Amino acid sequence: MTSTDLTISNQTDAPPGEPILAGAHLRKLFPIQGGNPLKPAQSVHAVEDATFALYPGRALALVGESGSGKTTVARMLARIYDPTSGVIRFQGQPVKLGGGRALREYRRHVQLIFQDPFASLNPVHDVRYHLTRPLLVYGHARNAREADAQALALLQRVNLMPAEQFLAKFPHQLSGGQRQRVAIARVLAVRPQVLLADEPVSMLDVSIRLDILNLLQRLKVEDHLALLFITHDIASARYFAEESVVMYAGQMVEGGPSDTIIQTPKHPYSQLLIAAAPDPARLDENGKRTDTLPARGEIPSLVQPPTGCRFHPRCPHAMPVCRERFPTRTDLGRGHWTHCFLYSDNAQTEPAPVAGG
Amino acid sequence: MRQSPASPATFDRAAQPAWSARLGALLRRSWSLVTLNRKVMLGSGIVGFFILVAIFGPLFVTQDPLKYTYDLVAPPSPAHLLGTNQGGQDVFSQLVVGTRSSLGWSFVAGLIVMAISVTIGLVSGYFGGFIDDVFSVITNVFLVIPSLPLAIVAVQYFNRSTFTVALVVALTNWPWGARVLRAQTLSMRSREFITAAKASGERTWRIIFFEIFPNQISIVAASFITTTIQVLLAVAGLEFLGFGDQATISWGIMLNSAYTGSALFQGAWWWFAPPGICIALLGSGLALLNFGIDEIADPRLRLKARRAPRGKAATA
Repeated sequence: MTSTDLTISNQTDAPPGEPILAGAHLRKLFPIQGGNPLKPAQSVHAVEDATFALYPGRALALVGESGSGKTTVARMLARIYDPTSGVIRFQGQPVKLGGGRALREYRRHVQLIFQDPFASLNPVHDVRYHLTRPLLVYGHARNAREADAQALALLQRVNLMPAEQFLAKFPHQLSGGQRQRVAIARVLAVRPQVLLADEPVSMLDVSIRLDILNLLQRLKVEDHLALLFITHDIASARYFAEESVVMYAGQMVEGGPSDTIIQTPKHPYSQLLIAAAPDPARLDENGKRTDTLPARGEIPSLVQPPTGCRFHPRCPHAMPVCRERFPTRTDLGRGHWTHCFLYSDNAQTEPAPVAGG
Repeated sequence: MRQSPASPATFDRAAQPAWSARLGALLRRSWSLVTLNRKVMLGSGIVGFFILVAIFGPLFVTQDPLKYTYDLVAPPSPAHLLGTNQGGQDVFSQLVVGTRSSLGWSFVAGLIVMAISVTIGLVSGYFGGFIDDVFSVITNVFLVIPSLPLAIVAVQYFNRSTFTVALVVALTNWPWGARVLRAQTLSMRSREFITAAKASGERTWRIIFFEIFPNQISIVAASFITTTIQVLLAVAGLEFLGFGDQATISWGIMLNSAYTGSALFQGAWWWFAPPGICIALLGSGLALLNFGIDEIADPRLRLKARRAPRGKAATA
């Protein structure tokens, strides 16, 4: 295919070089401790078969509603949880599970920004402590004076000015946006190569979200950081990330260049997600929606998830085969892929014909 | 003044010898903590006074507190500031010398309780699982041991010393603090700032003692002070009942000898009132300190409290 659309051709440039951090077939089950020993042990199937790659200087958005497993993916990559199965590769090398020195070395390169800046800073420590600790732990500063100077520089980088005043402040004296900037500065203090941002703006006031996003964007470019950007807001994914992956109930259903996914979503869930986003173009003069949502319902229980494709109970195009197994990956060209039987007819990866579709 | 630009401030700090600057900052900080509010000020004043008496008091006592004289049950006079008791011993010097053992052992017991309850509580709360099970069983066993009866038995069995009583009270009082701290730690270890500290590379012991522990300072300090009061009263009570070592001097022993010498019957108020007042005063000083601990430990309340007195002063 030749590029006819400029925006798309911009986005479909081959990712530069090797991925710095990649997850292959990551799976995470959280066992539930039941009181009844006679019942079979149950678990929450939080993430099934997640495969993706992060490249330096590029952002990958992970889009999905609450409970779709986005945060679990980020926490597996940050090594807060260990994956039940699957491999994380950092710079091509499989990451060994386990703690101690190797884990600290890994975290030197991969850092996580938490969703809630009101919970991620310790109320008894001031900003100076929060910023100088990682500097000292990772050996970027040898003594308190060096650490102070670097903490000031970090505060300036995240636009907390005048930086000298912020050093002595405690978290309760800061606004949500300021706290999130401190949290970002703390993460930058480690000097990571990969930044995992777990809904970094969802707890913030709408008016300052763009500031924080622009800050992350700038850091991505300046430091050539690889970014995993988790969001439930597909519009910010398009604004922020070159590539997006849509997750539903722990399964990755569609992925590719952000613009392609938003302009031509293929998977019925992506279509639903985009249709659900408010869009002034779809309102009539009375302010009522002119279209109807293609599907309704809630995200299913992940303790006993639906068989096959987990979206089939809500999917307007569900077929019998959807209930039986999860569709394999169908490449739609230009980096766009989806897991859906609707598109697997002429795909080489899916030899089984869909009967009675 | 604090908000001066950083470069001159760091320059100043670099010019001074580090230790003196640090000491000055520490003193200034402790002073501002002590003068937070009236309760803390009064409490720390009382406790501070008794600590000074315990340390330096004996230096100013000219009369041997155990020396028998012929001035029996003499009322206060320039020679005997608080009179004498049945054996002609000087009450004032006994009071001053007795401060050391009464206060000292209470603090020692408080420190023991603090050390055990913090270690057991934080470690079992943070790690959970098997470690928690083991520590919880130990805690529950110690929790049901009755403190005073055991102290009486121990005093009879080992030796009649304040040390024994303090040790027994300490060993039977730590489980309360440990359980509270364990519960607090359990709820705190899953808080996001702990996960964030872990993710930023902190070691486990640093997370326990530098991230979780400072959030619990008020509980720890309150349990330290409560134990100190308990030991103070328990020791005085046991000594008053006659389980003390008569060869030593303490407030409890003084009360005991006043009782056996029927000081009340003789109207010798200078004999029984001073040690009683001292015990009551020290107890209330510690209790007052206890009230203000929340404001000292929590940076939010600290700032509020610092702002409030200024407002009061303006209106008054």
